[in-house]
This record gives sequence, C-alpha cells and structure tokens, in this order.
Amino acid sequence: MKLLKLVPDHTNLDFMRWRNVALVLSLIVTVISIGYTVYRGLNLGIDFVGGQVIRVEFAKPVHIDELRTRVDRLGVGEASIQALGNQQTYQVRLPKPEGPETASNAVVSKLRATIPQVYPGARVDAGESVSGKVSEELAQNSAIAIALAMLGIALYIWFRFEWQFGVGALLTLGHDIAMTLGFFAFTRLPVDLNVVAAFLTIVGYSLNDTVVIYDRIRENLRKYRKMAILPLLNLSLNETLARTVVTSLTVLLALGVLMLIGPQVIFGLAIAIFLGVVIGTYSSIYISAPVLVWLGVEPDSFLKSEEKDSAEAQPA
Amino acid sequence: MLEFPRWKVWLVVAVVAIGVFLSIPSLIAGTPAASAWPKWFPQYKISLGLDLAGGSHLLLEADASDALKQRLQAKEDEVATELRHDPRIEVGDISTAGGKLSFLVRNPAQVDAAVERMRTLTQPLALTGKRDWDVQVLDSTRIVLTPTPAGTTQALKDAMGVARDVVRRRIDPSGTKEITVITEGGNRILVEVPGVEDPEALKKLIGQTARLEFKLVDLSADQQQVQQGHAPPGSQVLPMADGSGFIAVKRRVMVSGDQLTDAHQGFDQDGRPDINIKFNSSGARRFGRTTQENVGKPFAIILDDKVLSAPNINEPILGGNAQITGNFTVQSAHDLAVSLASGKLPVKLNVIEERTVSAELGADSIHKGVIASIIAVLGVIIFMLVTYGRFGVYATIALVVNAFLILGIMAMFNATLTLPGIAGFILTIGAAVDANVLINERIREEIRRGRRLIDAVETGYHEAFRAIFDANVTHVISAAIMAYFGSGPVRGFAVVLLIGVVTSVFTAVYFTRMLVALWIRRHRPRELHI
Repeated sequence: MKLLKLVPDHTNLDFMRWRNVALVLSLIVTVISIGYTVYRGLNLGIDFVGGQVIRVEFAKPVHIDELRTRVDRLGVGEASIQALGNQQTYQVRLPKPEGPETASNAVVSKLRATIPQVYPGARVDAGESVSGKVSEELAQNSAIAIALAMLGIALYIWFRFEWQFGVGALLTLGHDIAMTLGFFAFTRLPVDLNVVAAFLTIVGYSLNDTVVIYDRIRENLRKYRKMAILPLLNLSLNETLARTVVTSLTVLLALGVLMLIGPQVIFGLAIAIFLGVVIGTYSSIYISAPVLVWLGVEPDSFLKSEEKDSAEAQPA
Repeated sequence: MLEFPRWKVWLVVAVVAIGVFLSIPSLIAGTPAASAWPKWFPQYKISLGLDLAGGSHLLLEADASDALKQRLQAKEDEVATELRHDPRIEVGDISTAGGKLSFLVRNPAQVDAAVERMRTLTQPLALTGKRDWDVQVLDSTRIVLTPTPAGTTQALKDAMGVARDVVRRRIDPSGTKEITVITEGGNRILVEVPGVEDPEALKKLIGQTARLEFKLVDLSADQQQVQQGHAPPGSQVLPMADGSGFIAVKRRVMVSGDQLTDAHQGFDQDGRPDINIKFNSSGARRFGRTTQENVGKPFAIILDDKVLSAPNINEPILGGNAQITGNFTVQSAHDLAVSLASGKLPVKLNVIEERTVSAELGADSIHKGVIASIIAVLGVIIFMLVTYGRFGVYATIALVVNAFLILGIMAMFNATLTLPGIAGFILTIGAAVDANVLINERIREEIRRGRRLIDAVETGYHEAFRAIFDANVTHVISAAIMAYFGSGPVRGFAVVLLIGVVTSVFTAVYFTRMLVALWIRRHRPRELHI
C-alpha cells in the first residue's frame, strides 16, 4: 500500500522571504482586531455581565416576533431572542434587572412560570441566572486565569530555551489571543465560560506548535554552527513542515466534526479552538520564528549554554 | 530500543487491562448490561455533570445583614434569660438598634454585677485571644454589647456549617439522593441536585429561614397604637402573615422551633391542612407550663417574624404535641413541615446563581457529543492509517487504549464528565495524535538521512520526545490553571485535559514504542514502510 504523504520529502520553501510581508500583515490585522474589540466590545454572555437566559422548546413552531411581543409584555427588560436551528427552539436572554442580587433570579422564575401558560406544551429546557456579583467574579477569575496561563507558559519556555524564545512565545500568544478576540467581536458570537476554556486551549495549542518548531531550531543551532540564521530558520521550518501539516489537519478534522454535528451548547468552544488552531499554525511559523531574528538569536547565541550542557549533547 | 524486558511488557499490559476494567462500569451504566457486572467488582463510575444529566445548580450566599440580625436576636434571648436568673437584675427594654444590644440597669448598684454576668455570655475566640462580644458601660447605667469583627466572622463560619446541613436535610429529608451541598468561600453554599428540572420548588424550600417561635399576645396593647407600629414596653409589633394587619406580642419567647423533635403535615378537625409538631422534653415542659398559666388567652405562632395565627389557649397543652394552624395548602404545609423538621437556617440564603438543564437536553447533548466523538476519532484513525501504515495501526491502538485509560482514571477519581469535558476528550486525542505524528515524521526523516532501520526508529523516538515533553508541559500548565480558577464546566474540561495529557504521553510514546519493539524483535524487518 502506498502511504499518503501530504508534504513531499524534501521541501525547501523560503518561508523567511515573506517574513516582513507577513509581519506587516499580522500587525495590521492585530491592530484592527484589538481596535475593533475595544470599539465594538465583545458580546459577553450572562456569565460575565449577569442576567438570565432560558432555552425553550415549543410544541409547535412559534414566530419570533410573536414571542418577542409576549416576552416584552412581561416587563422584565429588553429581551434578545435567538432561534436555535428551527422555529421550535428559542433562546431568550434578558438583561440583569435593577435592584438587589436576588432580582435576577425572580425574573427567571417569572418566565419559567409564564411560558408554559401561554404556550401549552412548551418546555423550559435550560435556565440560567447569574447575579452581578457572581458575574464580576467569573470575569475577573477568567482574566486572571488567561494571564497566568500565558505567563506560566512563557516562563517555562524561557527556562527550557533562551530568553528570546520566551519573548517570542509570549508575542505569538498575544497575536493569537488578539486575533481570536477580534473574531468574537466581529461575529458577535457570545463569549461565555466555555469560550474561556477555549482561549486557554488556544494558548496551549499555539504554544505546542511553537515549542515543536523552537525545539528544532535549537537542535539545528547546535548542529550547524556556521549556518546563517535565516537559512537555519527555513531549514527548521521545512523539516517540521510535514508534522505541522499532519497534526493541524487531524486536530481540525476532529474539531470540525464537533463543530458541525456536536451539541449546540459547545459550538462556541469548538469554533474558538478550531480558529485558534488555524491562527496558531500560522503564527508559529510567521511570528515565533522571525521574532528570533529581531531579538538577535545568532548561530553562536546557544554556544555558551551549549558548552555547559555538553553532557546533553548527542554524538553525531 | 529493543531492550524491552518481559516484566516491562507485562507491566504495560497490566496498566492497560486495569484501565479497561475500571472504565467498564461507566460505559455500561444505564444499559441492561449494567446488571451483569458482578457486585463485588469495583464499582467506580464517572458521574455526569448537570449539563449532561440534567438538574439544578444553585449558588446561595448568606445574607450578611440577616446573619447579624439573627445573631443579635439569639444574644438578646440569652441576655434576657441570664438577667432573670437569681439574683434577678431589673433592666429596661433591650434594644437591638445599630447592630448592638443595649439596655439600662434600673438599680445602679447592680451595674457591676450585670457586666460580670454579661462577660460570662461572651466566648473567647481560638488563636486570636479576642472575645466574640465587647461589653461596655455607657453613662454609668447603660450596658452595651457590641459584636467584634472576629466574632462575626467566626459566627458566620459556624452558621454556614449549620446552614449547609439544614439545606441538605430540606432538599433530601431521606438522605438517599445524590445531591451535592458544599460550602464555598466562607459565605456561600453550592447546591447541585441532579434530575430536578424545576428549581422553583428547591428555591422555596431553601428560601425560608423557618424560625418558629411561640409568644403570648399582649392584650394590654392599644389596638390603634399597634396598627401604627407602637408597642408597649416588653412587647413588639409583628405583621400577620396573611397581611391582615399587625399584632402586639410579648417579647419573651414561650418556646421556639429549636425545641422541636418532629414536624409533619396533617389536617385539623375541619379538614384544613395544618402541621403537627412535637416538642422535646424541655420544650414540652415549658410549653405545658406557659399554657397552663395562660388558659383563655391567645398566643401567637410566629414564623420568620410573621404571625401565622394567634389561637386561644383552650386548655393546657401538656403532652408536647401541638398543631400549627394558618392559611395553608397541603403543599405549603408539607414544605413548612419539612423546613421545621430540618431546623431553622441560622442565616437567610439568597440565590445568586442558578443553572438548570432538563434531562432531555442533557441526553441530547450526550447523544450528539458521543456521536461527534466517535466520528472524530474514526476520521483521525483513518487519516493515521493511510498516512503511516503499520505505524498508523500502532497509533490507532494507542488511541483506543488512551480513551479507556482516560475513562478508567476518571472513574477511579469519581471525576465528573461535563459537556466541555467531551471537547477536552477530543482535544486530548489531538495531543496523542500529535505525539505520534512527531515521532513518525522524525523516523521518516532519519530514514531519509540514511540511518538504518533500528537506528532510525530509536533516534525518532528519542529526538521527538523532547518536543512532546515540552508541549505537554505547556498543556499541563494551562489545564492546572483552569482547574484552579475555573468553575463547573471549565473545571470539567481541565480535569479531562489533565488526565488525558498523562495518559496520552504514556500511550503515544511508551505504549507504541513497546509495540514497535516487539514487532521488530519478532520479524526483524529490513525495510520500514512508513
């Protein structure tokens, strides 16, 4: 049987030739992403701003405008209503009401009681209510978690490699996070707790890619001490290209399935990770590697530590 | 590379077998096959999160102002009782205004004695050397008891422990359901009840403090004054529960709900729902004595500072059994009976977060999640097979073993599988595949460089492991942070990821290496088709 080879054996692509173009492009998109996120804001779910969401399954198709009128008549605030797939399943979201922490909860009780009365056979499938206090804490904890994860991983890379690699990893991460934020700001997909898990996963995955490439760069820096830095980066990227392609494709394949036929509730999580993998693959080539050039990694910059580490060196 | 001693092979086989064995109860749960699993086998099972099983999640927070109020009331009763003891100290009304207890000692000569007696009512706090209340004398005759901050903190902590037990008893009087009731962060209680789709009933049960008191009605009070909220000294004005006005009652408690041993719903002689209660012996004695002394007078049945009813004492009630009448339905009488029997909440609890998922939606999520996982894994397997041939087969076996190990370890720790956990599972598969891809691509590379087969395989595993290790450490860092900071579903994701990272390194690196080594040793291939 002939085995599938997505990437031919001896590729010699000149990745670094495009590094300045890629950098300018990345910079522009990053700036636009951050700017748009700041300007437009994220569509934060009730997890982070408080409020309530219920998911109702009706016995018969219901028109969205009719439902909206009915909910508005309850006088519990401006509802945002979204159809989930067909005309029988809706998600109704209400803003956090004024007043004490418990007010939010009372609104859900009211909706829960009213809907089956007006629409016989309707079933409240899921209901969530988050008070302002809890949502503030969740938002704060999530921000801390993402920042800590980024920092922790960058420190680990610094510890395992050289400081330039740590900085490179951190810049790559910043780029990926900015892009993903921009995506969520642009598509208005709700950002909930699951998406935070996705962000942390993107951080992990993008780093995974970067680490694999950095590992090869380190290996080649030790192996080819006379080679200039640009050809060396190209060589490393070409050597790991097959792995980059195969792994990214498999993960995208698995996530794509989850996104298309998996439970609707984790669509946000799946699409965020999917996107993160695409961005992470790009950035590990065009951000992580070129950054090393600008930070002055030279073929001999590993020498000192190399000599100290000679116990670890492999006989050629 | 080929050094794979027999004992190591058996060790790996044993680990895999244990993993498969432990994961079986979770896999067959809910199917007819579950009954075939012998009772004396390990019963470790993965529990499903509420998003998959359906149920209600409530986060309750103690109402700080109510906690203070209840603490003041309890102290007021204590102080009043203490002062009545021989030698009796005559005092004016005890005021609870401004979060302090204060009262006037009528006879200035008794002030020192009163302070001394008050001091005996305060408790030293562990470690700090402080006491839970400050006793001071103002204007030489007024004694003021102020709660200290440390005392308040300690009291809240104690109250939360009691509240947790009360909540558990109210939701699950028989103690048989699989519910979670835990305290969180000092002033919160997390309640998770699988299977309950309508949290309203739960909220009603938890929402009631259920502080029951019996007090005599103050007949001397002027009705007009009472309706305006003014009570004579020694009495207080309370609203009627049905909103029909106000009533003046004596401040002194005849007997309280703390002295109940049992409460259940019944019917009165007219067939209306009521609640039958039974006092413990000291409560029965006090109730008997007070009713004996006050035959013909009304007494008030007070629940959470509202008067349910104020029946006349027709005859002394001596046996310790009594009925609470009021405007009840069967359901509300039943709920109140459960609340009374489980004891009063030492602090009012507010619902600050609520999440409910119906069992249908949960089942739908499991169904879709499982199908998506199976298709995703199949897709990955096919991709591995056409890309790496024999080594793809090894990677596939490793993937399957990995899945069993994850389930087995989750079952062993009784971990909870949530919806994001399924996503974590798929991601773990990705990590395991990545490890194999790294290894196999490296082997291809080494063969291209002209290494001999065994040498190439050995170098491949060796060189790839560094990157695999570093990459997985980064996963562990982010998963551990998620597990620490995340709540509910996110933690479910992190737990699966954390377990998966460990098992995938074991299966993708160690397990496949063993398979490759055994194959090479047995067949001594000259060429590698990879």
